[in-house]
Amino acid sequence: MVRYILKRLGLAIVTIWIVATLTFFLMNMVPGGPFLSEKAVSPKALATLEEKYGLDKPLFEQYITYMKGAVHGDFGDSLKQRGRTVMSIITTKFPVSARVGGLAVLFSFLLGVPLGCISALNRGKAGDNAIIVIATCGIAVPSFVVCTVLMYIFGVRLKWLPTLGLSTWKNYIMPIAALAFYPTAYITRLMRSSMLDVLGQDYMRTARAKGLNQFISLFKHALRNAVLPVVTYLGPLLAYTVTGSFIVEKIFTIPGLGGEFIGSITSRDYTVIMGTTIFLAALMVIMNVIVDIVYKLVDPRIKLK
Amino acid sequence: MSDYLVSIEHERLSFFTPAGEVKALNDVSFQVKQGEVLGIVGESGSGKSVTAYSLMGLTAYPGKLLGGSLDFNGHHINDMTEKQMQKIRGNEISIIFQDPMTSLNPVYTIGNQIREVIKLHTDKSKSEVQARAVELLELVGINEPERRLRQYPHELSGGMRQRVMIAIALACEPKLLIADEPTTALDVTIQAQILELMMSLKDKMGMAILMITHDLGVVASMCDRIAVMYAGNIVEYGTTDDIFYSPKHEYTKGLIRSIPRMDSKGHERLIPIEGTPVDLLNPPKGCPFASRCDKCMRICLREKAPVMYFGDVHYTSCWMNQKAELEGGTKE
Amino acid sequence: MRDNPNPLSMQLKLNPDDFLPASDEEKQSLVVMRDSVSFWKDGLRRLGKNKIAMVSLVAVVIIMLFSFVVPSFYPYSYEEQIRGSENMAPMKYSEEEQARIDAGEHIFPHVLGTDKLGRDYAIRVMMGSRISLIVGLVAAVIILIIGSVFGSIAAFFGGWVDLIMMRIVDIIYTVPDILLIVLLSFALKAPLESLSQMPGFGWIQVVGRNLISIFIVFALLYWVGMARMVRSQILMLKESEYVTAARALGASNGRIIKKHLLTNCIGTLIVTTTLQIPSSIFTESFLSFLGLGVAVPMPSLGSLASDAINGLNTYPYLLFIPAILISLIILSFNLLGDGLRDAFDPKMKN
Repeated sequence: MVRYILKRLGLAIVTIWIVATLTFFLMNMVPGGPFLSEKAVSPKALATLEEKYGLDKPLFEQYITYMKGAVHGDFGDSLKQRGRTVMSIITTKFPVSARVGGLAVLFSFLLGVPLGCISALNRGKAGDNAIIVIATCGIAVPSFVVCTVLMYIFGVRLKWLPTLGLSTWKNYIMPIAALAFYPTAYITRLMRSSMLDVLGQDYMRTARAKGLNQFISLFKHALRNAVLPVVTYLGPLLAYTVTGSFIVEKIFTIPGLGGEFIGSITSRDYTVIMGTTIFLAALMVIMNVIVDIVYKLVDPRIKLK
Repeated sequence: MSDYLVSIEHERLSFFTPAGEVKALNDVSFQVKQGEVLGIVGESGSGKSVTAYSLMGLTAYPGKLLGGSLDFNGHHINDMTEKQMQKIRGNEISIIFQDPMTSLNPVYTIGNQIREVIKLHTDKSKSEVQARAVELLELVGINEPERRLRQYPHELSGGMRQRVMIAIALACEPKLLIADEPTTALDVTIQAQILELMMSLKDKMGMAILMITHDLGVVASMCDRIAVMYAGNIVEYGTTDDIFYSPKHEYTKGLIRSIPRMDSKGHERLIPIEGTPVDLLNPPKGCPFASRCDKCMRICLREKAPVMYFGDVHYTSCWMNQKAELEGGTKE
Repeated sequence: MRDNPNPLSMQLKLNPDDFLPASDEEKQSLVVMRDSVSFWKDGLRRLGKNKIAMVSLVAVVIIMLFSFVVPSFYPYSYEEQIRGSENMAPMKYSEEEQARIDAGEHIFPHVLGTDKLGRDYAIRVMMGSRISLIVGLVAAVIILIIGSVFGSIAAFFGGWVDLIMMRIVDIIYTVPDILLIVLLSFALKAPLESLSQMPGFGWIQVVGRNLISIFIVFALLYWVGMARMVRSQILMLKESEYVTAARALGASNGRIIKKHLLTNCIGTLIVTTTLQIPSSIFTESFLSFLGLGVAVPMPSLGSLASDAINGLNTYPYLLFIPAILISLIILSFNLLGDGLRDAFDPKMKN
């Protein structure tokens, strides 16, 4: 087990390195640069700026310098936000996104799994049909539509919920609802189909033949098998959601990492792009390792190689 | 009929599928005595498993019991609630399924799955439950029981898993064991071992067995009585000797002709039964076997044959017997 | 011997004729055989019976008619700014138009009103859904081709080829797609602009280089899901016993691919491609919403919604119309895809 985790982490580092390298060269190959868009930058000032951040050096040398720093945990200073390190941007913005995103994933899991189960257990009945119709509509509505509609109804019309920032607990309701909307619908559908699959398995018939009541056979025998596909989906979902959704953060003016990332791309803040990309990739890879381990814990048939 | 452990009378059961009503059981009646082995023989889809599952109250989703009465050990199964059935299942009636590879839950250990049923139906202490689990594994011929209890199903061979299934089924010393094609998915050598095990356990524990199979060899060696099913009907019922030595239904005769014989001289050809089973969505109004029967008569297509008894036990419904009687009668 | 309850003397009227052997024709007349039907026929029949799928199909056809046919004879154009008729509510006329109507002229109503630049909103929504549909369909074809070729190559060769190809897939999965889209749209700016100057490439201007880079990004990134699926499907089929049986009977590789692998994959491919369409539309609307989609004045459903957000308080319908339409398009394709899956790929059915 320990050997497996070490091996996977080793592979993870290779993946992150490849992603970082790709991003670095791609980003630098694209015409334009971080200081070109700024108004009235004299060639002299530009040269000083570029020298200050080492952008005047050959690309490969820049790459080596950056990687050396990154290995030691130094992701450099932001090129655009003077006086802030990339690390400090990530450590201040990530917790905000992670709180909203983490809660959204938690809600979608807590809501989607039972809804999917209920739907599967009542297959073909009114309850199942209602849940399936709602969930199918749910995966058809883009997040910006959800955001704006929520905003219009609860923020603008009814004025029940505040629309800006994250100052009180009420502020969290709409962003979380908007973020959890799609995953809830998706998990419900996933859970339903996987539950139906499990309910048709021979070992469920065995459980009933033993005289177990429906609750025990459902909770002990079915759920553990049926939840596996959801676990697989949850890993990448969590990685994406905790790093923040640009749309949700933009519409509800949340100071999170998602907005920061898109902002850095459009303003060519190279160090912030690199830092957040590496962070996102690392989170993604680690989530996948965790998913594999959880999978092994839930299903003893899986062999970790 | 209190001397019977199981008594099924005129059971009718249908599956209501989107394509229409599938009449899976059409007036099925039989009895099983305490400690007796009844074989139900028939091809796939003849309704043999459906009969057994309905006796346990395990009829699958679109299926519905439409009529008849099912009695087991003083319980009237028709009127029992799901909760009452749960007390009986795994306790008084147990079942072994066809495929041991998929019948055990892959994510729990063998021990967990055996202990579960003991805990459910007895109030033994934790150590007693464990001791009983070990005892059961020894009973079904698994060595190193303590180690096996800690293993997962995928770590065991098919024959082993079927032994585990038997251990689970026998955990509470049931009155009736239903074996739903228990050896079909196993290698031939293992098949014999499992059947032998079942027979020796039957003698030890004195339970009745309802043996569901399409393998006539299995019923010949194990069963006291045999019911031959075709398209949701019992077409012939009798003792093993009745069925094998004086079959009265054309389908039974066909089945027996289609088994290889050890004592055959020269190169006798096996005679297969031609054609395919009837479509239970549109069952024919006459004899269900008529379209495949080479002795088929006009009446067979029109009318179901009445039940005719040969002795106390042996009965069948085949017009050929009426014909024989009629001809015999005119000759006299 | 026990008395037979039903001796021959019975209620039934029998005559000796009844005991004559039945002829084969008489036997056959009672056998109700269901016709054996081909894979396609059977699938189409099942699809036709699926009401939800048929309703979705009709919805898709109607939306396509409005997106591709109606605009060609619609009296307004998507970029035409009608002066004096800015921000009008649905079915209203501007003063000038009212004056012309009073003068006896027939003027086509602004069914969905106009936007803040005085452009007829109905035609903009139609053009927007045209863009969304084009993106969805083109992207699905691109993904189908690249994904299935990549996946089947990996599965066929196996071994280290498979290992390397799947590693590439993993890495593509890990790179944030927005990053690539933005960088690509910057990177492609100059080459596409110079290309659009060349004769025959003027359409690039109209479509917008962002949209082109969206296609390129789809081609570069989103085929990975398809590739994984095709690979696992082929790996499974390769191991299946009927392929082994075909091989044992001496079937050539070509025949196995044509007869067994292709026919068994095709259902899955159709279904996955159909379900890819809504997901591409989803992504396009998201990017257009961010301002990374089509070039102005060309609308897309995403950019229409994005533009409408600022006026949400006063003109909420400007947001709701494209929002509902895009949800409707995605929903119809999803349901149609589900229906196709149930009809053509019973293995995937739950």
